[in-house]
Amino acid sequence: MPTAPLASKRRGLAFKLSLLILTATAVIFTAAFGYNYIYSRNQILKDVETNAQSLTLAAVSRIETVLRGVEKDPSYLAHALSENKFDRRALLGRIEVLLNTNPDIFGSAVAFEPYTFDPKSRYFAPYYYRDGGSLKLIYLGNKLYQYFFWDWYQIPKELERAVWSEPYFDEGAGNIIMSTCSIPFSRKNGERRVFTGIVTADISLDWLVDIVSRLSPYESGYAFLISQSGVFVTHPDREVIMRESIFSVAEAANDRELRETGRAMIRGETGFVALKKHFSGQKAWMYYAPLPSVGWSIGVVFPEEALFAGLKDLTRTVLIIGTAGFGLLFLIIVLISGTITRPLRTLAGKAAEIARGNLDIEVTEVKSNDEVGDLSRSFDNMKTALKKYIANLAETTAAKERYESELKIARTIQMSFLPKNFPPFPENIEFDIYATLASAKEVGGDLYDFFLLDKDHLFFSIGDVSGKGVPAALFMAAAKTLMKGTAGRDMAPSEVLSRVNRELCLENDSMMFVTVFCGMLNFRTGEVLYSNAGHNPPLVLRPGQPPEWLPLPDGFLLGTMEDSAYETRRILLTPGEMLLLYTDGVTEAMNGEKAFYYEERLIRAAKDHEQGSPKELVREILQSVRDFAGSEPQSDDITLLALSFRGRAENRS
Amino acid sequence: MFTRAMLTLCILIGLALPQAWGEELRTFSFLPQWLPQAQFAGYYMAYEKGFYKKNGINLMIMRGGPEHPPTETIAQNRVNFTTMFLSSAIKLRDQGVRLVNIGQIVQRSGFILVTKKTSGIGSPADLRGKKVSLWTDFRLQPQAFFRKYGVEVKPVYQGATMNLFLRGGVAAASAMWYNEYHALLNSGLNEDELRPFFFDQHGLNFPEDGIYCLEETFRRDADLCRRFVRASLEGWEYAFANPEESLDVVMRYIRKANVGANRVHQKWMLARMRDIILPPGNNTALGRLKREDYLRVAGEMKGSGLIKEIPPYGEIYADCTSRK
Repeated sequence: MPTAPLASKRRGLAFKLSLLILTATAVIFTAAFGYNYIYSRNQILKDVETNAQSLTLAAVSRIETVLRGVEKDPSYLAHALSENKFDRRALLGRIEVLLNTNPDIFGSAVAFEPYTFDPKSRYFAPYYYRDGGSLKLIYLGNKLYQYFFWDWYQIPKELERAVWSEPYFDEGAGNIIMSTCSIPFSRKNGERRVFTGIVTADISLDWLVDIVSRLSPYESGYAFLISQSGVFVTHPDREVIMRESIFSVAEAANDRELRETGRAMIRGETGFVALKKHFSGQKAWMYYAPLPSVGWSIGVVFPEEALFAGLKDLTRTVLIIGTAGFGLLFLIIVLISGTITRPLRTLAGKAAEIARGNLDIEVTEVKSNDEVGDLSRSFDNMKTALKKYIANLAETTAAKERYESELKIARTIQMSFLPKNFPPFPENIEFDIYATLASAKEVGGDLYDFFLLDKDHLFFSIGDVSGKGVPAALFMAAAKTLMKGTAGRDMAPSEVLSRVNRELCLENDSMMFVTVFCGMLNFRTGEVLYSNAGHNPPLVLRPGQPPEWLPLPDGFLLGTMEDSAYETRRILLTPGEMLLLYTDGVTEAMNGEKAFYYEERLIRAAKDHEQGSPKELVREILQSVRDFAGSEPQSDDITLLALSFRGRAENRS
Repeated sequence: MFTRAMLTLCILIGLALPQAWGEELRTFSFLPQWLPQAQFAGYYMAYEKGFYKKNGINLMIMRGGPEHPPTETIAQNRVNFTTMFLSSAIKLRDQGVRLVNIGQIVQRSGFILVTKKTSGIGSPADLRGKKVSLWTDFRLQPQAFFRKYGVEVKPVYQGATMNLFLRGGVAAASAMWYNEYHALLNSGLNEDELRPFFFDQHGLNFPEDGIYCLEETFRRDADLCRRFVRASLEGWEYAFANPEESLDVVMRYIRKANVGANRVHQKWMLARMRDIILPPGNNTALGRLKREDYLRVAGEMKGSGLIKEIPPYGEIYADCTSRK
């Protein structure tokens, strides 16, 4: 019977469909959106970088032009000083001219090594500087200001090249930010040139600060300048100027990347980098480029917020459109999947009803001409077919049950043919007989029989019909009945077999056959006349002797050849001797390993129990067979018959 | 440029506060040996936290700096207490200035020679023939170092900045671990690009900052000298225990003096001051001058002809750390 798989639904089809489509849509949307966002962002950054680059480089070239211009005249002067000796007046005149022709230069000095200009004077360094509209002259150098120990003098001296100083605030010049360009000069002393002094030009950096401060195209952005040591020269936050360096800021924030950026900047590299929040209060990007002549670096900072303001708006709009579209899609999917699944749900309900056994339920016709319609019609067909099938099945089952019951009855009838009361002849103490038929599951064809022919003679037989089932049972019944009807006091067993054979052959269209061993015991004398039709040889058990097979005459099995001939033989039993008859159900019983019981085991079992009564012998052998077979199902009838001769009572007493 | 050299008037930071309790406060002046920085955090904190007042001292902290060399100022008796290197004090004493060390603060020398690894100087011997910038007043230790390793260098005068070294004008430069060394890091050099030579690791540990006063001051006011030292030591302990608060104070002093310095630099300095004031493994009590340290420095000075005689340890040092 179909159980209820149709009824088990945890997640509806509509749900799965919506989930699948919406997930796929979401993935596609997110991917497209993400790509668009990243692409736009990169594009903006690229534009900003390009823009910053051109702006900065333009500024750099303007600054460089000025700085190189400032360097020019002091360089000429230094060159002149290395070639010629000037007296004091000429030297002062040259410095004045230098300042007058270079308005960018705030002040200029020519500083000499100790005792080189004037052998009597340790210090000689005339310095002109602008004061209002005129030039002022002072002489640098005293015990407290030994100028030759200062950076502006020492560094170009040691490096033997022009050097721009670190920027500094000049309080005397009105606290403006300045830098000094120092150019060393030397004079020939014999073959060698000997360092003689430094020409300087101080310039105010206010104009530079101005250029730098206007570099950022954004309101919220800014630009700054760092010196060769990373110190902030200009910065919108005045607190950091000359106090903090890009490295101290990096250290304070433990920002290793910023430190690396700073190192790249003072190495004179250019670049475009992201800055962390601490640097300017918000995430930002920075373009940096060097001022090669002074070794400083300009950084232009672009706050991310300003850069991506447009992108942010666009993103918001796209997200709103996306969300709305997503919602709409969701509704549509729910609607569509509803129209698909509603008839399916109805069908599922009907199917559950059918599963419960209600085959008369009406399957509503779905008119739609699609898969759901097809399903609905197939379902109706299935229901009708099922109904028909179930009706058929009920009939068949009834027939089968009837058949089985009849078979059972046949079995009972068959068994009732066999003598089952033991002891059968309690008044005849000259012999004892016991037989049993343990039937297999199917109806089999074994048989045994015994009856008294007169007051001295017992007829006994055992047989095995070919095949199984009702035909075998019927054939067995026929054979047994024929044998009983044929056997008589004056008829040899071979004759009995010949007659029964002829009778069986007459009606045997189905070509069944039976093996039979039969005998006639004269229980006064112990003489046994016996004959055989293809049956297994019985065992003769004599006390004190090993069991032996009863020698059998030739004889073909009954029911196939009409003119088969049988022979009667004779054996004389002495009291205490026993005959054991059996069918091949004993010797061919199988165990779990598909091994047969075989005759050897039978002999051993018979020997072990020959002292007992026929009943005990039969039971023990049967038990031995069952023990051997174990759990293996019995495939054939097992039949055993034991006949013990005791002799006459007076003989024994 | 020259205007930087113009003298600035001494700024007195100490303001007379109303007396908190009955005992009459004695006014003393104190001159740190250099511009306001974390090198003097202990004194600032002792002042800020009222440790001097508690000890009956109304202290005036004078602004130090190149214009106010402590040696001259104390020699001319223009200040009651000052700090200076032990070697400076020994030299001064040799020159006849009767000054006394009443507390040795820095136990481990923070003085180093620093080189760039790119210059290929791996050992002291590699300095042979190289340009090394030296401070005029602090040549004793480097020269003892060069003598020890038998190297002759080309000495170059070292000015107020590390720029000469940064630009490659010299192969090695003098530096204080707590100050110039960090200035190099703050100029973009990484520690792994530098190879410093710590003098104390070469058997030349010259104790540095100590508290000094004139002998007559100590004779007259021995108890107040002790109180001053004790309050100063308490100030140092407080500064090390409360570095952030102390940095706030240091930065305030720096801003007041209009000196260009940043907080991370001062933070480094305070941390290094702790390393050299309380060096691990040193069992000397805070503030005490060890005899062997003294004799090492004085012996080196005599050996190099800087002084004629070694002033007796007992005369130049007065232990003020313990209560009498």
